[in-house]
Amino acid sequence: MSAGVELDHITVRFGDFTAVDNAALDIKGGEFFSFLGPSGCGKTTILRTVSGFLEPSEGTVRIGGKDMRGIGPNRRPTALIFQNLALFPLMSVAENITYGLRVQGVDKATRMRKADELLQLIALPGQGGKQMSELSGGQKQRVAIARALCVQPQVLLLDEPLSALDLKLRQHMRNELRTIQRMVGITFIYITHDQGEALTMSDRIAVMSDGVIQQVADGKTIYDEPATAFVASFVGENNPFAGTVKEANGSFALLDTRFGKLRGRNPRGLKAGDKAILFVRPESAQLTPGAADTTFTSKVKSVAFEGNMTHVFLEGAGKKDITVTVGRHNGAAIPEQGSVATVSYDAELGLALPEGKMARE
Amino acid sequence: MSSRLVVIAIPFVVIAIFWLMARYEASRRHDPTHKGYFERNGMVLGIAFIALVALWALFLVVLPYLYMVVESFHPTLRPVERGGPKDVLTIAQYQSFFMAPTGDGWNTTHMGAFLFSIIASIAVTALNFAICYPLAFYMAQSGTPQKVRLILLALIVPYWVNEILRAFSLRLLLASKGLINQLLMGSGLTDAPVDFLGINVGLYVGLSYAYLLVMIFPLYNAIESLDKNQIEAARDLGAPWWRIHKDIVIPYAKPGIASGCTMVFMLAAGSLAAPQFLGGPRTLWFTSVIYNFFFQAFNWARGAAYAFLLLAACILFVMLMLRLFKVSLGETIK
Repeated sequence: MSAGVELDHITVRFGDFTAVDNAALDIKGGEFFSFLGPSGCGKTTILRTVSGFLEPSEGTVRIGGKDMRGIGPNRRPTALIFQNLALFPLMSVAENITYGLRVQGVDKATRMRKADELLQLIALPGQGGKQMSELSGGQKQRVAIARALCVQPQVLLLDEPLSALDLKLRQHMRNELRTIQRMVGITFIYITHDQGEALTMSDRIAVMSDGVIQQVADGKTIYDEPATAFVASFVGENNPFAGTVKEANGSFALLDTRFGKLRGRNPRGLKAGDKAILFVRPESAQLTPGAADTTFTSKVKSVAFEGNMTHVFLEGAGKKDITVTVGRHNGAAIPEQGSVATVSYDAELGLALPEGKMARE
Repeated sequence: MSSRLVVIAIPFVVIAIFWLMARYEASRRHDPTHKGYFERNGMVLGIAFIALVALWALFLVVLPYLYMVVESFHPTLRPVERGGPKDVLTIAQYQSFFMAPTGDGWNTTHMGAFLFSIIASIAVTALNFAICYPLAFYMAQSGTPQKVRLILLALIVPYWVNEILRAFSLRLLLASKGLINQLLMGSGLTDAPVDFLGINVGLYVGLSYAYLLVMIFPLYNAIESLDKNQIEAARDLGAPWWRIHKDIVIPYAKPGIASGCTMVFMLAAGSLAAPQFLGGPRTLWFTSVIYNFFFQAFNWARGAAYAFLLLAACILFVMLMLRLFKVSLGETIK
């Protein structure tokens, strides 16, 4: 059984500080939904509000259509997986998994049966008698998932549960989480600052910054059609070119930047004279000349060969370098360090967005 | 004379133990990773360390107690008779705790005082735990740093006042014409003054208060290191507050609880001043009995025997409790 979660214009304040500002979205039942943002953006606050550890200062949280006001975390149909997992060190694996049932007064035989079932699901069969200290990081991770699933929640909340694992295991656990989610079919709300995790696992992603939801969309849209300068600079690598809109015609805008006049798509309807930033992704740029309004030159600062691709770093307008990523087999000559390179891009792949807060590097 | 021999022999036993330990060190010398004791410290320093520790242990710890043990097996004698033909080893002092001096029946006075002291100490320990656990939990998990500092100050500052002053001011508060009785009668709750001191309320309150810090710090230390997420995880899984304490906090804090309870129990059972000042007129605390044998009756032999009985009972009780709650002795001193 799964339930949708509705955030009806919730605001959470701590004293004078607004952690979440007027967040409104609708998470469908059975969806894998991620909140993506840098630390301190308010994503954990949202999670704690949904789980019931916090009450919103304004607005309403509804789970399965039911108003959750005044309902404590122990009485909500949610289960939370903590960043540090918060497994009970003095209990065995099976006791950990079935703690929620023990609280409900379920008898021991049923609990043990349920533990066996869940241990099967998380691929740790027959390990219920082990102590927590005997498990590896990945196994603990899975026990935490089983413990949360044991109470048969309608919504599973995950607070960066993979951040403590090493890279290999993290990638493996991404697949596993996705598989488990499909198997149990309940709503997963996943909090992360790792865009890779969000993009690979989620049905939809909400990108957050400073307590404000910037964009809600599926991963591909977030990457290809970022709605704000923050999303464009936070998700994936991007080269920003700040400037003023010279002219806007049709779906394109021409910006006056420090690298000359540059053209890109204009989905937000910028008008001439607006302050704007043009974004060009490193993989969208080429080291060959193109049309006059999509070509610029800059000095090569350094070149980084990475096997399957090569990053060329050029002098940017500010501190940040312009990056051009060249694939292994597209035959382009890699310029020498110190030389001046000509860079062009397809105007379709340049994106002009209103000036706004950028993600910190 | 034989008792003197024991006293003289024991130091040699201790020295022999040290020597055996040194031999053990030496036996492991073939292990290439193991550096022997003398290798680590050098011969001169090594001997000096052993000698210092041995002297300290012998003269300040082993010998005084040993003297008391030996003393407790002596008969009650006048000074001139000591070392004379009547000075033999005997268990008469221990027997006198159980047997009435007339020779028939039980020594109900002393056994009663003993039992009362133990039971009252258990009660004081329980009361103290009941007061300290919520406070320690609040300080360790819920309180803001400023509030915790304030509570700590409020807990510690009263201990700057000396024990006697504290005990007597409590007496004034609880006396028949004391503040509390005046308030009770003034408000019409009671007609006659309640004899708080007679029914040992003063004793319990005084003893609990005296050892409040001894209980609260081990509890606070133990609970403070508990990850808040554990509490939230239990809550998230549906546990009501009392279950969180029963399943998560108390099992985690068990070593601290054992440590606090052990110390409060031992100190309460061995306390002298508070029971004397705050106990009711009919209340006889066992340490008072011991005190009187030493300083009123000058019967050191019997005083020593009684003191060892109390010590043995306390150790036995504490060991039993640790066993019951499955805490090892090592954990309580962490």
